[in-house]
Amino acid sequence: MFNEHIFDYLRTDKLPHIWCPGCAHGIIVGSLVRSIEKLKIDKNKIAVLSGIGCSGRTPGYLDMNTLHTTHGRSLTFATGIKMAKPELTVIDVMGDGDAVAIGGNHFIHACRRNIDIKAIIFNNNIYGMTGGQYSPTTPTNYYASTAPYGNVETPFDIVKLAKGAGASFVARADAFHIGLLDNVIQKALSHKGFSVVEVMATCPTQFGRRNKMKEPYQMLDFVAERAISLKKWQEMSEEERKGKFPIGIFVDEQREEYVETYEKNVIERAKKGDR
Amino acid sequence: MPNIELMSGNDAVVRAAIMSGCKFYGGYPITPSSEIAEGMAKELPKVGGKFIQMEDEIGGIGAAIGASLTGVKSMTATSGPGFSLKQEHIGFAVMGEIPIVIVNVMRGGPSTGMPTYPSQGDVMQARWGTHGDHQIIALTPCSVQETFKLTFEAFNLSEMYRTPVILLTDEIIAHMREKVIIDDAKNYKIIDRVKPSVRREQYKPFDSKHGLVPPLAPYGEGYRFHITGLTHDETGFPSSDHNTVEKLQKRLRDKILKNRKNFDWYEERMVDDAEIIIVAYGSVARSAMRAIKDARRENIKAGLFRPITLWPFNHERIKKLSKRCKKFLVTEMNLGQIVGEVEKGACGVKTKVNFLGRANGEFITPTEILSKIREVMNV
Repeated sequence: MFNEHIFDYLRTDKLPHIWCPGCAHGIIVGSLVRSIEKLKIDKNKIAVLSGIGCSGRTPGYLDMNTLHTTHGRSLTFATGIKMAKPELTVIDVMGDGDAVAIGGNHFIHACRRNIDIKAIIFNNNIYGMTGGQYSPTTPTNYYASTAPYGNVETPFDIVKLAKGAGASFVARADAFHIGLLDNVIQKALSHKGFSVVEVMATCPTQFGRRNKMKEPYQMLDFVAERAISLKKWQEMSEEERKGKFPIGIFVDEQREEYVETYEKNVIERAKKGDR
Repeated sequence: MPNIELMSGNDAVVRAAIMSGCKFYGGYPITPSSEIAEGMAKELPKVGGKFIQMEDEIGGIGAAIGASLTGVKSMTATSGPGFSLKQEHIGFAVMGEIPIVIVNVMRGGPSTGMPTYPSQGDVMQARWGTHGDHQIIALTPCSVQETFKLTFEAFNLSEMYRTPVILLTDEIIAHMREKVIIDDAKNYKIIDRVKPSVRREQYKPFDSKHGLVPPLAPYGEGYRFHITGLTHDETGFPSSDHNTVEKLQKRLRDKILKNRKNFDWYEERMVDDAEIIIVAYGSVARSAMRAIKDARRENIKAGLFRPITLWPFNHERIKKLSKRCKKFLVTEMNLGQIVGEVEKGACGVKTKVNFLGRANGEFITPTEILSKIREVMNV
C-alpha cells in the first residue's frame, strides 16, 4: 500500500503533524492522499478546505490550494470557490462538530444543492481540540468533559442525514477498514455532485481516556468491532444492530450538479435575454 | 455620453458593482437590502458572473470570500441582524487579507428592531463588530449618486489593500430614488488586486517584502498557498510566536492607517467662518445641509463637516476644525456613536461638542437641526 509518490502531495516540511499519538486522523489523510495520487488529479487544481478543530489542520499538510476557515462554515467558502472556479476539485474536510453541529445548516443545504464538493467528515464522536466535550455524534451514555454523568443525547446518523438532505453520493467508512476507505474516497473524488464520506475515526486522548479505551488499539477495536459491512447489516435484526453501524456506499446517483445547472439554466438564459 | 437615470440607492449599488467588474454575490434576503440581492441575481449572469442565495447570512459572506480567493471581485449585502451574523467572517477576511465588499443598509435596532425604518445604529458595529484588534474601511454615502460612486471606491479599496470594505448606507439612501449620472464605463477608475510577480515556488501570500500589501495569487494557478484565520507567518502557516504575531498585527494596522491619505474623504461646507460646525454623515447630512443654509439666513454662521470615509475616522480634521469654530453639533440617527469620535478629535480644545440624535426610526429633519443650532448658539 505504501507509495512514495504520495509525498508529492504533502507539505513534508510541515510534518510532523500536530495530532496526538494514536489519533486516526493521519490514517484518513493518508487515504485521501493515496486516492488523489491514484486518480492523478493535478494538485494545482485541488482546493482543500477545513473548519476548526483537529481535522481542521489537515489542509496545512497538503501541497494544494488550502484554506483553514471558520468553525463549521467551510462549506460556504467551498461553495464560493466551486462556483467561481468550477474546474477546481474542491475537497472539504470537516470534523463532526463542524459538519453536524455548528455547520449543520450549511451541510444539509450543500447536500440539497448537489454542488460538486467532496465532504470528508472525520467523525471521532468528540470535540478533541477543546478538551473532550460531547458532540452531536457522541453515543448515548458515553462520557465527555461536558457529559460527566454520561451523554443523555441521541447522536446524529450522518449518513441518514446526508441521504435525507439529498446528497448524490453518501458513504461511510472507518479508520480500520482501509481498503474500503480508499475505495470510497476514490469514488467520492470521481463523483460529480455533492459527495459525503463519513469516516469513523478515533480519539484515544479525549474520548478513549474517558471511556475505558485509553490505548489507541482499544479505540481502533471499538471502531472496527462496530463497523458492519452493508451487506451483512441488511441481514441483521434490529437487536443485532444495536451499538453498531453499517459501512459502505449508501447513495451513488447521477444527478444534475448545481454549478453546471446554474451555467446552463441561468447564465445562458440571462445572456440571451430569455426571461 | 453620460446617461441620466432615476434609481434607488440599492439599484445604484448593483449598477456600480457590475461596472466595477464584480463577478460573484453571495447573500441572504433581508430588508431593507434585498433589492441588492435581487438586482445581482438578475445582472450577474448577464456578464458571466454568479449569484447564490445561501442558507444564511454567514453562508452568504463565506461564499463571497471563497469566490474572491479564486481571483474574482465579490460582494455581499445585508442589514441589521444580518450584519451581526456576518461579523465573524469579516474578521476572517481581515486576517486572511481577502478582498470583499460588504454593503450594510442600516435599519432600526437592536435585534429585529424596525426592519423598514432608517437608522445609523451600526456605525460602531462596522468599526468593532468582529472580535480582536483590527482596522476596517467603511464608507457612508449621502445620496444615490454618491452610493454609485462609493461602490466603485469600495471595490477599488478592497482590491488595493486586500481587505474587507464596508459600504454603510441606510434605509433612506437605499430606497430613495434620485437622478444618477452614469458615465461611460471606461471613464471610471477600476483597480484590480496585484498578482504575484515572483516564481511560484517563491511565493509567500503574506510577504512583507512587497510593502504593506502583499500580492494575492488566485487559487488554481499553481501557487498552492495556505490561508488560515489563525495568526500566521509570511508563508500563511499558523504561528503564535510573539514577534511574528506582532509583525503581522502591525502590518495589518499600518496597511490601512498609513495609506489613509489615499481615501480620506470628507466634504466641508461653509466651515471657513463657521462658529458652529454640524457633523453629519449619510442621509442625515442632507438635513444638515439644509439646516446650515437656513441658519445662515438667520445670520448664524453655521458650517458642515461630512465624513464620507467614516472608518478610519478623521480625528485630525476634527482637531483642526475645532480650533476654528466655537461649537460642534453632531447629529446622527442613533443615541450617540460618532459623537464620541468627534469628542476624541476635539479633546483638549475648548470647543464644545453638542449632540442631536435619536433611534426611534424617525428621520432627523432640517427644522430640528435648525432649532438645535439656535439652542446651542443661544439665539
